[in-house]
Amino acid sequence: MDTASSLGFFVMVTIIKVVVVMLVLLTVIAYLTWLERKVVAHIQSRWGPYLTGPHGLLQPVADGLKFLFKEDIVPLEVDRLIYWLAPFLAFTLACLSIAVIPFGAHYQFHGHELFQLTDLNVGLLFVFAVTSLGVYSIALAGWSSNSKYPLLGGLRSSAQMISYEISLSLAVIGVLMISGTLSLRGIVEQQAWLWESGGLGILPHWNLFLQPVGFICYFTAAVAETNRVPFDLPEGETELVGGFHTEYSSFKFALFFLSEYANMITVSCLATLLFFGGWLGPVFGPGWLRLLLPVLWFFLKVFCFLFFYIWMRGTLPRFRYDQLMAFGWKFLLPLALLNILVTGLIMTWVG
Amino acid sequence: MAILFYIAAALAIVAGLSVILHRTPVYSALSLIVVLGALAVIYLLLGAPFIAMIQVIVYAGAIMVLFVMVIMLLNAHREQPIDRSRFAHYLGGPVLIALLVEILFAVWRQFPVSSTPPAVGLEGDPASIGHLLFRTYVLPFEVTSILILVAMLGAVILAKKQP
Repeated sequence: MDTASSLGFFVMVTIIKVVVVMLVLLTVIAYLTWLERKVVAHIQSRWGPYLTGPHGLLQPVADGLKFLFKEDIVPLEVDRLIYWLAPFLAFTLACLSIAVIPFGAHYQFHGHELFQLTDLNVGLLFVFAVTSLGVYSIALAGWSSNSKYPLLGGLRSSAQMISYEISLSLAVIGVLMISGTLSLRGIVEQQAWLWESGGLGILPHWNLFLQPVGFICYFTAAVAETNRVPFDLPEGETELVGGFHTEYSSFKFALFFLSEYANMITVSCLATLLFFGGWLGPVFGPGWLRLLLPVLWFFLKVFCFLFFYIWMRGTLPRFRYDQLMAFGWKFLLPLALLNILVTGLIMTWVG
Repeated sequence: MAILFYIAAALAIVAGLSVILHRTPVYSALSLIVVLGALAVIYLLLGAPFIAMIQVIVYAGAIMVLFVMVIMLLNAHREQPIDRSRFAHYLGGPVLIALLVEILFAVWRQFPVSSTPPAVGLEGDPASIGHLLFRTYVLPFEVTSILILVAMLGAVILAKKQP
């Protein structure tokens, strides 16, 4: 195969992969909103959406159409460029980190990795870099709206996201020390065997059992980072009307809404990969089943995390703002640091 | 690769000019973020993905967020041109050009146009950078971090309310 046609082949395969992954991601996001409304409704002894389609299954479609056809109101005194830029930035960044997430076992199709868009050797850092830029979309949306509630929401959220980002990054350092690689595929492959003793040969060798404290720190910080209950101060309906997106309507509001769910999916994927063995699970049967079962395990694990997110929303009340900051800086950060120290000590002793 | 480099370099220069020339502080800060992003792309092209990611996380993701937050808090909308000193007005341009020529001259003498790029004796992976920071240059590295800590303590003391 000559260079030109192989380059063309590469571009074609990449575009197909990107389109498929984006379609799956958008579908999952759409039905995540449906799932959230259903689960919260059942927690509160209601039925939730029921009229559009069987069990309200067409509700996301109806919502999407409604968002598209609503009047797009732009307040008079906004900073036009940034006001337009913020929602698109939010959505782009939220979808970008999915590019390095491996969602199935290593399988080469004509020299292309089938179940991952690209395997960076600094994949984890890429996700953190993209997440750290996500603050801007919220801060800028709050500022450019030129209105007091969005500004307060934007300020709160930037302070919150910066604070919890530190704990988020420190929480995974324990995992990195154990696995010795920054590649997400590499980190999962480290967890590929079963415990020899004590686990009766069935308990998987997930990082969760080596890093329980790291996992708790990670997940708490991740919930704060995605601005979800009980850390949803940037939105805080009762105090701030709607937070940073008060002045947004129609499709631009929908973009903020969708990016929040995309971020939830990203941190759930990351938690699965780092602590729960990614796509690893029992694999059996003919070749095609061996190929697809890992993908199924990965989706199941991510689904459990997403369900947990929704469950928390139905259960927990919101933190007060000073409690949130004190918890982040005075409890979570020292805990994450201590976890690194203890991990290092144990690794030095055990060798 | 070369096309990507020229795009990133052009973007960095245009955004850099926009940092200085824009009258609205938020736009200047945003332009600076674009500069940092373009530099990260250049690091990637040079085969240093770790440095590129750290550049985005630390500078664009942490430090610039603080800048943007302060600008938002002050709600600075438009810079008013103040009475500049006459000295700066007349000497600024020539001094800038002199500095630019000096740097260009130094670079040209170091790396003549015809020469191949110098071989880098360093892999861009995290392990070798960690080795450099924590083995070879551990003393300067730690001294720098203590310096930053001292500066931070000083800021806290100065900002503290008098009892």
